[in-house]
Amino acid sequence: MAEYKHSVSLDIEKCKGCTNCLKRCPTEAIRIRNGHAVINSSRCIDCGECIRVCPYKAKKAICDKFESIKDFKYKIALPAPTLYGQFDGLDDIDFVLQGLLDLGFDDVYEVARAAELVSGYTRRYLNNPNIKKPVISSACPVIVRLISLRFPFLCDNVMPLLPPMEIAGMLAKQQVMEKNPEFKESDIATCFISPCPAKVSYVKNGFSGKKSYVDCVVSMSDTYFALLGVMKKERPLLPVSRSGMIGIGWASTGGESSAIFNDKYLAADGIENVMRVLDEIDNGTFPGLEFIELNACNGGCVGGTMAVENPYIAKARLQTLKRYLPVSQNWTRKRIGEDDKYIPDNFLMSCGLEYLPVSQLAEDTNEAIRKMADIQRVREQLPSLDCGSCGAPTCQAFAYDVIKGEAIEAECIVKMRERLNELLKAEREKINKEPSENDSK
Amino acid sequence: MSEAIKFHFDVDGENFTSAGEASVQIKQKLRQLGFAPDIIRRVSISMYEGEINMVIHAGGGIADVTVHPEQITIVLEDHGPGIADIELAMQEGFSTAPDTVRSLGFGAGMGLPNMKRYTDEMHIESELGKGTKLTMTVNVNR
Repeated sequence: MAEYKHSVSLDIEKCKGCTNCLKRCPTEAIRIRNGHAVINSSRCIDCGECIRVCPYKAKKAICDKFESIKDFKYKIALPAPTLYGQFDGLDDIDFVLQGLLDLGFDDVYEVARAAELVSGYTRRYLNNPNIKKPVISSACPVIVRLISLRFPFLCDNVMPLLPPMEIAGMLAKQQVMEKNPEFKESDIATCFISPCPAKVSYVKNGFSGKKSYVDCVVSMSDTYFALLGVMKKERPLLPVSRSGMIGIGWASTGGESSAIFNDKYLAADGIENVMRVLDEIDNGTFPGLEFIELNACNGGCVGGTMAVENPYIAKARLQTLKRYLPVSQNWTRKRIGEDDKYIPDNFLMSCGLEYLPVSQLAEDTNEAIRKMADIQRVREQLPSLDCGSCGAPTCQAFAYDVIKGEAIEAECIVKMRERLNELLKAEREKINKEPSENDSK
Repeated sequence: MSEAIKFHFDVDGENFTSAGEASVQIKQKLRQLGFAPDIIRRVSISMYEGEINMVIHAGGGIADVTVHPEQITIVLEDHGPGIADIELAMQEGFSTAPDTVRSLGFGAGMGLPNMKRYTDEMHIESELGKGTKLTMTVNVNR
């Protein structure tokens, strides 16, 4: 298995080796080794919690720069709908789209448009009688990866539709090639303007065996500052935006769900909440649900670590922006003779979600049981303070590391202090004894 | 020789909001031990239903899970009121759960039937006024 490439990276110079990220990581992927944080890439889900919590700004999301695609003949910007919520006093999306063209893009394809198509096909997918319900949205890459690592039984519940970013990349390229037959696919570059570091990883790694239709992912905050410099006060001549209420709604939690036109849904956000919800679904709670929308970030995509504005302010702005828009401007029209479950192949993932047992102790169950018994034995000797000083987030995780051979028991500070006190006590007793022996002489 | 490992949980009857946590922990352990998703699900659902029952009816209790590579055994023991008519309690839809928990979606009378459905063997010992001991096994077919 090829190593999973992540977008979260660490600036060793800035990292003090404190325990903030260690304690916050929802998959316990971080350890402190040799005075700084180390991320276990097989466990990391790119949720960005460590980026949010680091007081020294040592954790960063690595993404591409505009320059990386400057040599392509035709460059298309793919703005996430979250982008529109970053600007104060914006009353028309076209100002932003014109700004992107002024930054040097040849064309813009709004991801919100693709989102409306995905919503349309989601409604069709739910018509299928033979699918496992509740259907879980595949839009948030963090959630998809979390499920593949921790919820083997729910892998088949994940909707096989590609996320809007991919669809946008695909359609944008198709559209350009139709209009300009002289361009080959290799002449065109698509650039996603992302609030989300996990999308960077998604594009780097490809997904379900497919190469991504997105060529570069730039951070929304970089783009925001670049746009501020070029955005004009005058209204652009041509209206270009083709997003409706549904597409803009995707930027915050509940938007995707409300577009299935069915009230049997659940929408949750924030990685801790999401994990609890998944545990409950795994237990078979909420039997009547049709659809589950889960977002790793608080508030949904507006809460992404590369967004500029506070997620709830961005959400409020988007509400205003979408108020007088049509419900949707991108429809999946049914052709004659097509059935109500049809989804074109190029909108689907090429294979299902696969379970990756990263926490498995050993291939052989007997050996795994032996190892777990060893972990329990080590664990019982530990102080249960979960202080993190040893470099592991909890005493349980530390015991696991000891048995895996990645740490030694003596690294537990509390145990070290106990041993020190015993030594001091013994020394003191020796000293106290010695004078009395002298006295007796 | 096949190894075994035991897990012990105290199921707190006072705190309804924490009901179901032992089942989440068992799920995590079984995942680390490399059991198949289907086995993990059957064990965790039976355990969850049993845990909830102990909290609703018996003011909590203890859960002991023994894991062999071939078989997983769950023993749930409480000192609650006991079950008056086990046959009746096993019927789908029969419930003595109070209204307070029904508003949360529990008390549909599916707890014991689900436990029976998801396990290979289930055995109930119960004495009125003394308590209930429930033993469930799930066989791991490789």
